[in-house]
Amino acid sequence: MSEKTIDRLASATPVRVARKVKGLSDRAIAWIFVGPTIFLLLAINIFPLLWTINLSFTNFKANRLNREVKYIGLRNYERILGDADVWLSMQATAHFLFWTLFFQVLIGFTLAWLINKKFRGNDLWTTIIVLPMMLSPAVVGNFWTFLYQPQIGLFNYIMTFFTGADPSSFDMLGSVDLAPWAIVIVDTWMWTPFVMLICLAGLRSIPDYIYEAAEIDRASKLRQFFTITVPMVLPFLMLAILFRGIENFKMFDLVVQLTGGGPGSITEMASINLKREAFEKWRTGYSSAFAIILFVTVFGLASVYVKALNKVKER
Amino acid sequence: MKHLKIASVGALSLAAATLSTGSQAEDLTLCWAAWDPANALVELSKDFEAESGHSMNFEFVPWPNFADRMLNELNSGGKLCDLLIGDSQWIGGGAENGHYVKLNDFFDKEGISMDDFAPATVYAYSTWPKGSPNYYALPAMGDANGWFYRKDWFGRDDIKAAYKEATGEELGEPKSQKELLKIAQFFQGREIDGNTVYGAAIFTERGSEGITMGATSALYPWGFKYENTPGKYDMEGAVNSPEAVEALEFYKELYKTATPPGYTNSYMGESLDAFKSGQVAMAMNWFAFFPGLYADPDTGGDKIDFFVNPPQNQAGSTLGGQGISVVSYSENKDASLEYIKWFSDPEVQAKWWSMGGYSAHNSVLNDASFKDSAPFAGDFLTAMEAVQDFWQEPAYAELLLAMQKRVHDYVVADKGTAKEALDLLIEDWTEVFEDEGKL
Amino acid sequence: MSYSVTEPSPRQKWLAGTLVILYAVITMIPLLWIMMTGFKTPPDSISYPPKVFFEPSVEGYVNLFTTRTRVSPEQLESLPPPENFAEEIVRNRDMVIAGPSKFAGRFLNSVIIGFGSTFLSIFLGTLAAYAFSRFRIPLADDLLFFILSTRMMPPIAVAIPIFLMYRKLGLSDTHLGMILLYTAVNISLAVWLLKGFIDEIPREYEEAALIDGYTRFQAFYKVVLPQAATGIASTAIFCLIFAWNEYAFAVLLTSGTAQTAPPFIPTIIGVGGLDWPAIAAGATLFLLPVMIFTVMLRKHLLRGITFGAVRK
Repeated sequence: MSEKTIDRLASATPVRVARKVKGLSDRAIAWIFVGPTIFLLLAINIFPLLWTINLSFTNFKANRLNREVKYIGLRNYERILGDADVWLSMQATAHFLFWTLFFQVLIGFTLAWLINKKFRGNDLWTTIIVLPMMLSPAVVGNFWTFLYQPQIGLFNYIMTFFTGADPSSFDMLGSVDLAPWAIVIVDTWMWTPFVMLICLAGLRSIPDYIYEAAEIDRASKLRQFFTITVPMVLPFLMLAILFRGIENFKMFDLVVQLTGGGPGSITEMASINLKREAFEKWRTGYSSAFAIILFVTVFGLASVYVKALNKVKER
Repeated sequence: MKHLKIASVGALSLAAATLSTGSQAEDLTLCWAAWDPANALVELSKDFEAESGHSMNFEFVPWPNFADRMLNELNSGGKLCDLLIGDSQWIGGGAENGHYVKLNDFFDKEGISMDDFAPATVYAYSTWPKGSPNYYALPAMGDANGWFYRKDWFGRDDIKAAYKEATGEELGEPKSQKELLKIAQFFQGREIDGNTVYGAAIFTERGSEGITMGATSALYPWGFKYENTPGKYDMEGAVNSPEAVEALEFYKELYKTATPPGYTNSYMGESLDAFKSGQVAMAMNWFAFFPGLYADPDTGGDKIDFFVNPPQNQAGSTLGGQGISVVSYSENKDASLEYIKWFSDPEVQAKWWSMGGYSAHNSVLNDASFKDSAPFAGDFLTAMEAVQDFWQEPAYAELLLAMQKRVHDYVVADKGTAKEALDLLIEDWTEVFEDEGKL
Repeated sequence: MSYSVTEPSPRQKWLAGTLVILYAVITMIPLLWIMMTGFKTPPDSISYPPKVFFEPSVEGYVNLFTTRTRVSPEQLESLPPPENFAEEIVRNRDMVIAGPSKFAGRFLNSVIIGFGSTFLSIFLGTLAAYAFSRFRIPLADDLLFFILSTRMMPPIAVAIPIFLMYRKLGLSDTHLGMILLYTAVNISLAVWLLKGFIDEIPREYEEAALIDGYTRFQAFYKVVLPQAATGIASTAIFCLIFAWNEYAFAVLLTSGTAQTAPPFIPTIIGVGGLDWPAIAAGATLFLLPVMIFTVMLRKHLLRGITFGAVRK
């Protein structure tokens, strides 16, 4: 894992070699090589971020160029934090985040554990299972709206087949009770393989001799599972949760295509709310402040989490 | 990279220069929504291409994405569209933010008079500030929200008898909103020719403007007003008047008791689908679709008839329709104006109507034969006499999104009461107008 | 056969295999359904119960690539006989082909922007990764973390200032603008992955070359690059897949000229109502390349999706 990277980084070119190098100095080459990348990131990532921070203190509207732009201090931030609809959208995000992580970890880990039994053809089936996560969420999400159609959709038909309910009696995307779960189902379908792959790497990193030693100590299989398998895979699992957590906090394309935030505002998650404010209502200043709040939230949560992750790894 | 950019910008301006010096044969792009009338316009425009030597390209965006994409395009100063047939509510923003070219001088020079067009359409599609003689568009397509129904079902003796038995009244085109509800509820879940059918297809779409356009079709007949005093933005008591509350509750009842299952996010396309597949007895939709519906091989012809949005306390229809504008970022403004001049010609307007476009030109509308030229032509004139439009403010998008949210939350997602939804709407709108400095 | 405590019994293997295969089959159903729907006729696609067996038709593909207009039966009669199979299919629905649709153009935009940004990301990324791997760069760790953290921003948040910036520079709805943007997003992935791959190449090789009198540049492209070829190729595919699938920026920053396929495919409509076979046909054409790439990449998959954090 990543410590390795850092170790290698530490050992740069030995001085005795460096001295004999012809042409440009290493330092010059290093900057020539790194420069363009840094420049591009400054231009398209950092400069925009600073600009967003600046805009977040104004009443600027990107569709009203003739209007006077005023600095209004923290007014945007106050409004956002005091807005009930913003909190509802945060709740929608939290619901989505929690349940997608829950199911993906549960199913992903189980699958990895089963695949690690090394049955014949497990490589082939792993590759097949992985396919959904590589595909375009917008295109696939859009097609799921077809699978979810109340009268003709395949999903409803299959549910009907198993439950006996009338296929037009439930509407996954249109019902207030079901829509939050409809998006969880699709996201779980797409991203469980991600958690699975990482868990699989974790399982495969456990050396056989640990189990052999446990066997000599007559530890039961169940005990081995909880004292060896789970702790050894945990750092990997936590890494998977980190990646999925960040991604699903930002979730936009899949949900836009599936529900567009509806019905009502039930699935209007933070990123969709932000899109409406920024590119439909064109409240640029307000939405810049919203963007900063989201970024700080993600960044803050991720930093705390990474600290915890490092503690787990040290054990 | 910098070189690359400069080079490409240079190439662009070079290309632009060569284009604008050549007076002939420009490539024009006209942007509009993707729907039946747009296809008719493509056909109609072939005459323009032949006459002028310019060639026409079209960018048609599906309705649910239309406003989003086109407003984004205008706000980014995009050069995609030379001509834009934009929705009526965009005119305020288009004018104030300089997206649209002001057409007064051009009209004067070419002798195009707005008096030749129906006053309601000029007011709604062309002027900003509203009603002032400042024109930013030429009325291109008159439209309103109307209804159509299965004439064959309404005419069947067994169904008529069943309706009489159920309600004690005669089955026919509804004369009021409440009668419409009664008929829709009567058809809901009924077996006709072995299929279960439903009452009415209405607008419930959340993403763009659907449910607002549907709900206002109930609100206006009940006497809904945006302001107590026009121009004062005093909404308390108008937007949440008892009539408005009753109308919104009515719309929810219509949705809950008389629409097909899973009809939670439906707009024009879904309404057409539901009707054409024989699922519903009645459906609301824009007049723009009526020529296509009448021509439909399965449910058109003598199986269909049309009616104006029924009155309740008063007559009222939701306005649709668009004017055609020249985008100020276009590099082909002269050729675009040429198109507008060609389009305003009475002969072209007559042909436009014959192909399925709703001309707003008096020479077409006042023609004695107009009323009988199509089964919905008379209804169209009636509807246009009592149309109301949504706010046309520059902040229209914010106002619309707020209403979409509040109405969808109440009607579809069962959140709160009608009064609460309208109260919240006033709060949202007040905030917008405060930001605008109008309150 | 020797007994091993870590080797599962045949029964366990059989059970595990069955469960995994069951999951794989369920997970494939939506994808298979997309491909099948592409070959259905519009009425077949919306029939109830859903049709698993049907007569295949290419109507969806014809509709995907054409625009059509409805004509009256009399007009239809008066037309000359259809010139090709596409025309024939369309006429069966009382329509004629009016022209090509925008799909081909949008697909081409995806190709141009996808490959353009991939090339640029790999070019810049390889250089930066090599530098990070081999040279002492002040604040290297911070720089690397900075490069990674740029991925944490919600795309909509970045899109606001990018939108304003592009409007000023005239880059809105241009291929160049999208290529630069996707490169900026992809480069963090490219640097991290490539650095990992280059780290694995023993530095003794280039040191030998350097001592033999090669310049740094020569050592870089004659020794390191060939060794890193596999890594570069798989990184390139990851970058391509990202740019290929990206939706949020595309929907906000492009409208016509440079619009890619993901925002376009969901908006495909037929004459009156959504045309699911055409949407499915477009989706199939769009998803297939990625599926093929995924199979090719399977050895490096894990590394790619975790920014090189997990190597195996």
